Amino acid sequence: MKDEVIRRLGPLLLAVLGLAFVPFVTSDYVLHIAIQILLWGFVYTAWSLMGKFGLVSLGHGAFLGIGAYASPLLWNYTGLTPWLGIPIGILLAVLLALIIGYPCFRLRVVGHYFALVTLALSQVALLTIVAARDITGGSLGMTPKAVGHSWYALQFPEKPYFYAIALVAWAFGLCIWHLVDLGKGRAALEAIAEDEGAAASIGINVMREKLRVTVTSAALTALGGSLLSQYFMYVNPDTLSGIAVSLQIVFAAIAGGMYSVFGPTAGGLFTIALPEILRISLGTNFVGAANTIYGALLVIFIIFMPRGIIGWVESRLAAAPAR
Amino acid sequence: MLEVSGLSKRFGHFPAVNQVSFNLRQGEILGLIGPNGSGKSTTFNLIAGAMRPSAGSIRFEGAEISGLPAHKVCHIGLARTFQIPRPFRRLSLVENVALAAHFGSSESIAESEARRRAENALETVGFSSMKVSTEGLGAAALKKLELARALATQPRLLLADESLGGLDHAEMEHAAAMLETIRTRLGITIIWVEHIMGLLMRVVDRVIVLDHGEKIFEGLPEAAAKDARVTEVYLGHART
Repeated sequence: MKDEVIRRLGPLLLAVLGLAFVPFVTSDYVLHIAIQILLWGFVYTAWSLMGKFGLVSLGHGAFLGIGAYASPLLWNYTGLTPWLGIPIGILLAVLLALIIGYPCFRLRVVGHYFALVTLALSQVALLTIVAARDITGGSLGMTPKAVGHSWYALQFPEKPYFYAIALVAWAFGLCIWHLVDLGKGRAALEAIAEDEGAAASIGINVMREKLRVTVTSAALTALGGSLLSQYFMYVNPDTLSGIAVSLQIVFAAIAGGMYSVFGPTAGGLFTIALPEILRISLGTNFVGAANTIYGALLVIFIIFMPRGIIGWVESRLAAAPAR
Repeated sequence: MLEVSGLSKRFGHFPAVNQVSFNLRQGEILGLIGPNGSGKSTTFNLIAGAMRPSAGSIRFEGAEISGLPAHKVCHIGLARTFQIPRPFRRLSLVENVALAAHFGSSESIAESEARRRAENALETVGFSSMKVSTEGLGAAALKKLELARALATQPRLLLADESLGGLDHAEMEHAAAMLETIRTRLGITIIWVEHIMGLLMRVVDRVIVLDHGEKIFEGLPEAAAKDARVTEVYLGHART
């Protein structure tokens, strides 16, 4: 067991130590990209907790949106600190996960049907945010009242502060990924993904295990959403909720490799850094070309690397000694 | 040990099981037979908690278990196998059985203890090598895995569903002997649902015959073979 913990946490610790030096050697612009990669990587990791066990949720945009809006709304209207606003957002996302998850799991809504139910959830969340425009700012989005550098308001104009927060959140997400992936819990979820009836027949409480992983995934996604809104100091329904965001989460986690701990983060690198690089290198020469190339690469990666970028690298490394 | 009374299951207006009642004594092997569509698998699923009955009662060691979910039925000491083996292909052979040891008992056990129970169960059913994956296991080995997984939950009552299906003659003999061993060595009571009657009749203490969801016979195997209704159901005409 001890060896297993070292084997799992060793690379993570090394990665965190390496990444901790980034703010000292780079510009604010690179840090801005790095913060986004870490925060989105955290959200993609949260999604992969469910995705790798066959629970393909297209509703994570809803959980992200709840997390993103709860804290700024409470801050603007009641002055409640995000230290309380964020947990409230997480609780609301958990509640929504239970409301959707319980009947779905009870009625054995699985596979495509589960994906469709959760897809609808994404859009309901987006439309609700837009409809409540008097409070949320609707499609125009909203800005949390800025107070400058403040731990109480969790607002930092300086990038390194948020970089540190993003790094801690990301490492926390990866620890949870390992926790879910360890021992009997993982085996139970694998068994459920394959055959719920057979899993129940050997004493596995299918409902409890599925709800547990769903709630964990939703809570982490909401936390990711709230950190993204705190960082950007701006929330918009199109960028932090809805079907497009849900699909972005799914694509990135799959492209990066949802079966590997660093896979979803690689997905973050791919979805955040690549469009940025393409945008800068193409400039205004070919308007729209960056998005086209990005989309084409995504398709190619998903077709030729079904286990994602990291999964592909892992399989190459595993095959190498045999040659 | 098990008292089933007035058990019924309807799918729409179709009665798959209709007012079936029987008792099971501790330590016996009860055969549950009948032609295709007779309701034996449904009866089995109702007892195992895979389906909720429309009416009737199932009492295990005095406690009502009808309508309990499958995992709870397993926790109180009833384990089942499946007619068509349903191994978890993503897990290794030992992982398959260790998982059953872990979750099958209501008490919490350590990983090492689950593994020990899994290895014992695999040994009991005759696996010599534990270090194999479930890929490439033949019909007989998959049936053994089903049995090992059920045994790892440490049941007091085993519901064995068509343990002989898809096996050759030697494998069938072996599987039937295995069920007898499980009863005598481990003291586990067994309900054995089977389509193939010959071997079953040799092993079971009593037999229940179902037809069109209703119990048409209950008694000793020898008596069943001579019963006019049973013969008619199986052969399509009564013996003269």
